[in-house]
Amino acid sequence: MGGNLPLHLVLSVGGVLMLFPFYWMIVTSFKGLDEASGLPPTLWPASWQWDNYIRAWQAAPFGRYFVNTLIVAGGQTLAVLVTSTLAAYTFARVGFRGKNVVFIIFLGTLMIPLEVLLVPDFIILKYLGWYDTYLALIVPFSASVFAIFLLRQFFLSIPNELWDAAQIDGCGRLGFLWRVAVPLAKPALVTVGLLTFHAGWNSLLWPLIVTGSTDMRVLQVGLTAFQSDARVQYHLWMAAATFTIAPMLVIFLFAQRYFIEGVARAGIRG
Amino acid sequence: MIDAPALEGGVEEVAAVAVATWPSSDEQARPGWRETFIGYAYLLPALVVLAGFHFIPILYALYISLFNWRIRQGPFVGLDNYGSALTSPDFWDALKVSVFYAAGVIPGTLILSVLIGYALHQRIGGRAIYRLVYFIPYITPVVAAALVWRWIFHAQYGILNFVLGLVGIAPQGWLQEPSSLIELLLSQAATLLPGWLIGPSEALVSIMIFTVWHALGFGVVIVLAGLSNIPQELYDAARVDGAGPWRILWRITLPLLSPTLFFLTIVSTIGAFQSFNSIYVMTDPVHGGPLGTTRNVTMYIFQNFFEFTKLGYASAVAFLLFFIILGLTVLQLRVLGRRVHYQ
Repeated sequence: MGGNLPLHLVLSVGGVLMLFPFYWMIVTSFKGLDEASGLPPTLWPASWQWDNYIRAWQAAPFGRYFVNTLIVAGGQTLAVLVTSTLAAYTFARVGFRGKNVVFIIFLGTLMIPLEVLLVPDFIILKYLGWYDTYLALIVPFSASVFAIFLLRQFFLSIPNELWDAAQIDGCGRLGFLWRVAVPLAKPALVTVGLLTFHAGWNSLLWPLIVTGSTDMRVLQVGLTAFQSDARVQYHLWMAAATFTIAPMLVIFLFAQRYFIEGVARAGIRG
Repeated sequence: MIDAPALEGGVEEVAAVAVATWPSSDEQARPGWRETFIGYAYLLPALVVLAGFHFIPILYALYISLFNWRIRQGPFVGLDNYGSALTSPDFWDALKVSVFYAAGVIPGTLILSVLIGYALHQRIGGRAIYRLVYFIPYITPVVAAALVWRWIFHAQYGILNFVLGLVGIAPQGWLQEPSSLIELLLSQAATLLPGWLIGPSEALVSIMIFTVWHALGFGVVIVLAGLSNIPQELYDAARVDGAGPWRILWRITLPLLSPTLFFLTIVSTIGAFQSFNSIYVMTDPVHGGPLGTTRNVTMYIFQNFFEFTKLGYASAVAFLLFFIILGLTVLQLRVLGRRVHYQ
């Protein structure tokens, strides 16, 4: 233990630097404007302004933004889980003609930066009449090649004997998938679900382009609009930032194993 | 922060797959039609989405980039959009911003990830807590976190300027400062330097600091995973041969970690060239930050598309960005890939 003291010292100082922005965000969010923009800054609120949160929440339709974000991130997650499970199972277990060509198409979509898709997808979505709707936010992201690859690895590890046994029991492909493969792949499914939800919750560029009305704003778009509307109300900025971060943080703390393992697994294969 | 088709903001994860290799096809006999039908039926939902919104749009984008396409399709102009981008000073300025950003963020994240990952890999107490602490910024939404940092960097009321003031450093403009650090240090003498040597504006450096803070947790987790793959016997053998800790780090740890570092470099490069959210939130998106010094290529594409509705031109620049990223990835695969040790 003694020899590790310098190591602990360095890691703790670094850790404090990593967490300080969160501390500063929360502390500022409870200060009055005068105290927040006063000098020297106070490390603890002199008086706690709990109603900052109510004021920030009411200064913009944040309730609506939250509902929209839940619908979009939740919809993407659900759709990705279904489409990826089916596709991953097919790549792992079904021999079909043209598998290699389809695989190349899937792999190819991985290389495409989002920037290239902005203009054509915008035009396609307009043409479909989906501009400024949930469909424009959800459908283009309702399949994920990353998820397909990750789940495929899991399905490949299921022993053939299980499939043979299931067939003897009169279990069809879908039955096998639903009753055997999916339960076995649960950790991978949770990881895929969390990463998809996380990405959906955080996205900004796409919603900025395919929606226009205040009613269709997702949280991140709403927050950027709020920061320019509520110009110098720094304490309200921090209150809004806090309630934007909080749900993701809570989910993460409960499911950190899946998050960290998901990210690490992506790296190991590299 | 690395962006990609399937998961916006999750490019790290997606690019990991691109680097991974696909096992050779394990088919024995030619598949029957029944199998083929079932295969496509199951693939259909994913295939429709990926083809409809990712694969076909690429070809469509190529088509659009060949036209003078404002809100509606205009006349065919061939490669003119590409030509005018390549001769536009604005495009080159944006590319310069992207290159500076990548040149700061990638080594910064990489070096800190290795140091912290290496420290966390030692047998010390509280590893799980440390790992959690370093990972938390990575899972917070960029927009909200960037807003917090905008407040920390605030020129007048920001805590950073206050703390620096305590040690006698004059208040900085940070996100509002168009001059580079070199210019601020050398003042007059800096005017003698050619453009590229002056370096990124202080505003861009501020965003780079934010990005390193935000992305560090990803790097640490990847490095930790890489370190745990190195067999303990190698360390034991080296110790028996009398190698000290420093020698072990250079001769065993780093070479065996090279595939991980290689992966991190490729993924961070892709991410750095696509970064958008932090720049959009932390500096004025309309003017591209102070004197346009934080307008990177992604921002430039967004602006031409969204504000100037130059759809054809924006598509052409997006393709140029695509080629730049692709070129850099291939270059890294060739140059760095040769030096990577696989076990």
